[in-house]
Amino acid sequence: MTTYMLIMRTADEAAANQAIAEAGLDFEKMIETMGRYNEELLAAGVLVSCEGLDDPSTGAVVDFGSTPPVVTDGPYGETKELFNGYWIVDVADKAEAVAWASKAPLGPGVQIEIRRVPSIDEFPLDNEYIVREKQWRTDLLRRQADKAEGK
Amino acid sequence: MAGERVLPDGVTARRAVEAVWRIESARIVATLTRFTGDFALAEDIAQEALAEALASWPRAGVPANPGAWLVAVGKRRAIDGWRRDAARDVRYAALARELGEADAAAAASSTPPWDPDAIDDDVLRLVFIACHPVLSREASIALTLRTVAGLSTEAIARAFLVPVATVQQRIVRAKKTLSAAAVPFEVPPRDEYPARLSAVLSVVYLIFNEGYAAASGAEWMRADLAREALRLGRVLAELVPREPEAHGLVALMEFLVARFPARLSAAGEPVLLADQDRSRWDRMLIARGRAALARADSLGRGRGAYGLQAAIAECHDVAPSVGETDWGRIVVLYEALGRIAPSPVVELNRAVAVSQAEGLATALRIVDSLAASGSLAGYGLLPSVRGELLTRLGRTDEARAEFEKAIALTSNEREHAVLVAKVRAL
Repeated sequence: MTTYMLIMRTADEAAANQAIAEAGLDFEKMIETMGRYNEELLAAGVLVSCEGLDDPSTGAVVDFGSTPPVVTDGPYGETKELFNGYWIVDVADKAEAVAWASKAPLGPGVQIEIRRVPSIDEFPLDNEYIVREKQWRTDLLRRQADKAEGK
Repeated sequence: MAGERVLPDGVTARRAVEAVWRIESARIVATLTRFTGDFALAEDIAQEALAEALASWPRAGVPANPGAWLVAVGKRRAIDGWRRDAARDVRYAALARELGEADAAAAASSTPPWDPDAIDDDVLRLVFIACHPVLSREASIALTLRTVAGLSTEAIARAFLVPVATVQQRIVRAKKTLSAAAVPFEVPPRDEYPARLSAVLSVVYLIFNEGYAAASGAEWMRADLAREALRLGRVLAELVPREPEAHGLVALMEFLVARFPARLSAAGEPVLLADQDRSRWDRMLIARGRAALARADSLGRGRGAYGLQAAIAECHDVAPSVGETDWGRIVVLYEALGRIAPSPVVELNRAVAVSQAEGLATALRIVDSLAASGSLAGYGLLPSVRGELLTRLGRTDEARAEFEKAIALTSNEREHAVLVAKVRAL
């Protein structure tokens, strides 16, 4: 199996907003359709994790174009693309990742970018930091499992 | 063309169709079974729809809603069949009206033609049909992999190292058997439910074992089979979320698949548990296994045979080394397993755990009484374990005799070599 990240982004906000308006979708309806899609991923045994992001106006941008970097509030200055959320899925191959992404309940103005997430074993295992990363990843997962079991 | 997709680099049209099929096949066959009232027919027309997709999508592109497209084609095929069958004219006319324009519109739009909650029940009915007790195990395995997991006949044949024709025959015969027995498309009634669910779980576990036991040498395809079983198990556990053993089985498979990256040496030789590089174990799968076991436990109905085996596997998976393994807990778990599923093999495994937890003499007593009972006569692992215990006790001559018995009982070359090496080392 291979792990892929499906990155949801709004490439054309105007088109996305218009699509939502035309479809007459309210917030509750959107939660419902997205919820069904997420549950479908879960029921198929492929979902590893997923998160959606809040409105960019509640965030900030750190731009390394100058020294020191420039920090601006809210949405990206001139960039139209907004990163809105992601799914991590464990699937047979890229074709299956594409097939799942294509099923997402999204409309015009929105894109999903599909990127493979390499396993830590693909990095040089004699590197000190990779060895340490394997260890802290193990610890992190163990703590999460303990938490899930209520220990 | 509008509404149709262009494929990215590295994804052939055939792979795209196969990927969609893997995701959608269970729902498509389930929907068509409900539509036609006939599982065997539904399976046939679903395969015809798949063949049509393979012919048309590479030219015309993948439709906006591939699942709905496949269902619509399947329904059309069913109606064509009925139209040919004059005896069913009345039924055809009724269904054709029902299908009408609405269905064509559904296929064209992006709205799924199914209600997700109702379809889950139909997928569960499908699982129960594929694993029905009138079928042989081979037949259930082939049907489950094809209809629920969406694997092609060729892929199933490759995974089980049998000719494609053999798998085809198994499926054809299985469908005939189901038709002859008039097996209903239903979730079994309450009094049959536990036995039927356990039959379903055992089919998934058989698929898993076929891949797990064979995951050696160059046969990586079979490790894929074990992963396929894990995925089937995850799907099943979501269909019956209130069943602790479904989660127990998933947990067991997660824990065992987690060790796959360490089960083969660089030279492709199998590596025993004690010698595996545990840093290569898949931590994500171990975490998933623990979550599945916690889910089984949270149902408050105790652990069954799968749950207990999962808990044993968990002890190994969370231990940094053989020496730091909680052998005392493993002994207790084997005792519990022996009570609900008594078996001399479980008893032998308990003896191995006892040798680590309590001492060699106690373990040897268990093995001796097993040997005296004769229940494991002809099973090479018994003299092999006994030889191991005797070696560690310093009783070299007796150990040699046991290893030689084990050598005589094995037909596996690798096992043979390991045992010969043990005799030499005495």
